[in-house]
This record gives sequence, structure tokens and C-alpha cells, in this order.
Amino acid sequence: MALLEVKNLKVDFATNDGVVHAVRDLSYSLEKGGTLAIVGESGSGKTQGAFALLGLLPRNGTASGSVMFDGKEILNLPLKQMNQYRAERIGIIFQDPMTSLNPYLRISRQMTEVLEHHRGMSHSAALAESVRFLDAVRIPDAKNRVHMYPHEFSGGMRQRVMIAMALLCQPELLIADEPTTALDVTVQAEIIDLLVDLQEDFGTAIILITHDLGIVAGTCEDTLVMFGGKVMEHRKTLDLFANPQHPYTQGLMAAIPRLDQKVDRLSTVSYEFMVGERQA
Amino acid sequence: MSETLNTSTREPILQVRDISVEFSIPAGGLFAGRKILRAVKNVSFDLYQGETLGIVGESGCGKSTLSRAVIRMLEATSGESLWMGKDIRKMSVKELVALRKDVQMIFQDPLASLNPRMTCGAIIAEPLLIHYPEVSKTERMARVIAMMEKVGLTADMINKYPHEFSGGQCQRIGIARALITNPKMIVCDEAVSALDVSVRAQVINLLMDLQKELGISLLFISHDIAVVRHIAQRVMVLYFGEVVEIGDAEQVVMNPQHDYTKKLIASVPVPDPKVEMERRELRRRLRREAAGKAAA
Repeated sequence: MALLEVKNLKVDFATNDGVVHAVRDLSYSLEKGGTLAIVGESGSGKTQGAFALLGLLPRNGTASGSVMFDGKEILNLPLKQMNQYRAERIGIIFQDPMTSLNPYLRISRQMTEVLEHHRGMSHSAALAESVRFLDAVRIPDAKNRVHMYPHEFSGGMRQRVMIAMALLCQPELLIADEPTTALDVTVQAEIIDLLVDLQEDFGTAIILITHDLGIVAGTCEDTLVMFGGKVMEHRKTLDLFANPQHPYTQGLMAAIPRLDQKVDRLSTVSYEFMVGERQA
Repeated sequence: MSETLNTSTREPILQVRDISVEFSIPAGGLFAGRKILRAVKNVSFDLYQGETLGIVGESGCGKSTLSRAVIRMLEATSGESLWMGKDIRKMSVKELVALRKDVQMIFQDPLASLNPRMTCGAIIAEPLLIHYPEVSKTERMARVIAMMEKVGLTADMINKYPHEFSGGQCQRIGIARALITNPKMIVCDEAVSALDVSVRAQVINLLMDLQKELGISLLFISHDIAVVRHIAQRVMVLYFGEVVEIGDAEQVVMNPQHDYTKKLIASVPVPDPKVEMERRELRRRLRREAAGKAAA
């Protein structure tokens, strides 16, 4: 049985200008310990599609369809039941580490809180466990730094703290929403390599949401390309890159300037495929 | 533009010599006083006519500060910046205004850099009003429309406001505004960084086409060395305010000399799973070597 089974997921937003269909008919499944990248440009619905799983939509958003996690339906669960999944079984990392950490609280407090609440650990045991996870995400001198405030960390270090927090309860699934977009390239490479190593060590299934096809290439087994709330292509990453089938994927790949290849002119994405789809 | 420029036979339009920028910042404590932050340290380079020089580096390395200092958008602390042989840092206000005709800027955030209360046409026309007040209204409108068409906008958009345009279109307005005075040089500060992949390719192509047609020099600042490699003939790598490497873009990318450049280039993700696996191994090796060096 698959760990996560998403079927016909739809996300709609009620706005003053009418209903916006952010995600239309998204279906995929993820095995235990599997890795899936969801790629798309801004507005493709990649983030809202993942937020809907955890009930993290804004108030004007509604989700329909089915999300089975470990055999149980979790879409639109009441808050109390959903909280048993959040952090404990499904962890999430957001794009901007500074806005997702509480600036008034020391890292130690923010991390131990998770363990005390979800695992019922004593404070000292929770602190020791927190330090262990900060070590795992390669924060030097974790024992002392655990008592620092978020602003005392650099962007990359903050994102490491976020990853450590998300992994604290050893969730079966980790959703990473653009985890490196706010970071410098060299730091980005370190964080992505770290995620790959952690995935191997802990066996956590990962959904990586990103706009960067380059990041996807080296990290995930499967890749799902989204555009306009729909799935354009969903295949093994190796096959997708070797031989992209959908015109949108082909266009997207040709539009990226590559460091290892020189082209005279970038090609641009053609949206002709949409004309055909509307008629169909 | 793949052909390399023969720089030895050309006169540079901009010569930067030993420019430094310092900021006075709080030393970090209520009574600690202030300290000096050296954002740019003794940077020198030449920019030739019709050439694109890319400046790459991480956030906080001083690339934006440097680009603003060389055209006196902010005051440098020391050094020279010679525009056609004349030091920009010693220019009078009148000379500076004349310089602004020749040197324009394109900014990172396409929407934030346009006045929300002005129409697209008024935004593009404003530099003309300032620098060429003698141009008649009909002539001005004709030039604005011609420029809009050149950058891929249509004449019927002239009365629209910035919020009615997409990010890529806003950046086209920014480009049109920069080009309307027929400048000799444009500073592009992360001009394509905020754009989606598909739109970014269009804007990069537009910039390269316009440069070929008009022979403008570009100072192209970006954190993305893959984009810089594509658009620039030469590239300069900045690290903590210092130039660690400058040279032919191909050579810097294929055969980086400085440790930082090596790390930077190994870090750029390549959209190819097989290549990326190898690069991960390379990064791990570089990290081990760096750790070994630090321990020794």
C-alpha cells in the first residue's frame, strides 16, 4: 500500500473576481521512503496542492477529492484530528525560515515544545534529542547554539534548524516547499545535499516543491510537472529528463540557461498545447 | 552573443580603478559606537563598448553596491571611475545629469521599480521629458510607441497602469524606460532574477537582441552564474567585496581558478540527473577538502 495516495484533488479559492481553480484534478501516489518532486512556475498550483494535504489552505480556499495517508482519509479532517498528523507523521518545511520561526523564542524552546507536546518527553530528554537533530543537520557546536535566538543564525543555518524541527518526531513524510529559494547557491547545494543524506538515513518520504528543474534532477526519483493547476507530466526523473514528453516540459527545459552547455539563444516556452487542450 | 570581443583593440568606455565603498554601521552594542564596514575593496575593471560584463557573487558580497558606486548612484569612499576618460566621482551636477542620459539602470523587482500611479506611456516618456525637453509632445509619443514595440509591448497598452501588466511585461517597461534616451551603458541589477523560467528566457533574449542591435554595454549583475555565462562575454566574481576572479566567461566557468569560484560553480544545479549525481560527488569532495584545510 502506498504511503500517500492523492486522488482527484481540487483546490478552489473564492475571490472577489470569482472562483479561482488553483489545482484541478491532481492525482499521484508516493511509496514509503519515496521521493517526489513537484515542479512548476508561479501560479501553477504546486504549493496549494501540497498545503491542502495538511489543511493549511487560507480561509477562502476549499479542497475536494481524496487524500489517503497510510490508508486513512486525511483531507479536510477537523483540526483536532489533523493535528495528530501534523509534525508527528507529516513534517513540513517552508520557503522562508525567518518567518516560520518565532523570533521571540530560543531555538531550544521551539524545538523541545514539539517533543514535549507530541511525544510527552521531559524537558531534559527533549533538549538532548533536539541537540541530536541539530547535529544531524550539521550545525556546528549544536550543544551551545541550541540556546540561541533565530536572528543569531544565518539563512542557511536557520533552514537547517527548520529541517531539524520538521524531522524531530521522525515523520514518515516530509513536505519541503521551496526550501532553498531564499538561499544563496552554495548554501542551497549544501541544504539539498543534506536533504538527500537525511532521506537515506531516516528513510523519510519526501515531497519537494520547487520551481527549479536543476534541483529536481539530482534529488528525486519521480517528478511531476504542473502548469495551470494541472499535471503536465509525471514520470521517473531519469526518463523525464532524458526524454521529456509534454511540450510544456520540453519548453521549460530548453528555456533554462545551463552552466555545462553553451547555446546561442534560449528557446522560449510555447503555449500552443493549451489551444489543443481547450478544444478537447 | 558567442563571439568573444577583441578587447585589446578597443577603448573602454568605463574604467574603474581601485574603487572602495565603506559604510559606517553600529558596532553592535548600545555604547559600542560605530564601526566601518568595507563593502567593496579596491575593485578595478574595464567595460568596453558593446560588451556585457557579468558580476556574480552571493548576497552581501557587494555586487549591487559596486555597480551603484561606479555610476555614482552612491558615493564611493576612494578610487576612480572614468567614463570616457572623465572621473565620474569628480563630475559637477550638470555633468552628472548629462551622464544619466548615457547610463541607465534596470532593477530587480519589475513592479516595485515602476510608479503605480503613472501609466506605462508616462513611465517610458519620463526620461525623455527630463533629458530632451525640446522634443515635441507628438514626437515624444511616437518615440514611446516605437520603443514599446521594440521591447515587445503593443501600442494599445500605453494607457495601462503597472498593476495591469504581468511581471515579464513590467520588466519590458523597465527596459523601454532605460533605452528611451539611447544610453551607451545599462546597469542590470538582478534584472531577470524575479522572473519565472519561461519569462526569464524571453527577457534575456530581448536584452541580447537589443544589445546586438544598439551596441550598448551592459553591466549585468546576478547571483546566477548560469545566466551570466549565457549573456556575458566576461565575468567578474566578487567575494566579500573583493574580486577573486575576472576573465572570459567560458574560461571562468570551465576552468575556475579560485576556491570560491570552484565552490560556486559546483553548487549550481544542472537540469540533468546524471550530471547532477556526479556534481554531488564533486561537492562532497570539495567540502571534505575544505574541512581538511580548516583542520590543518
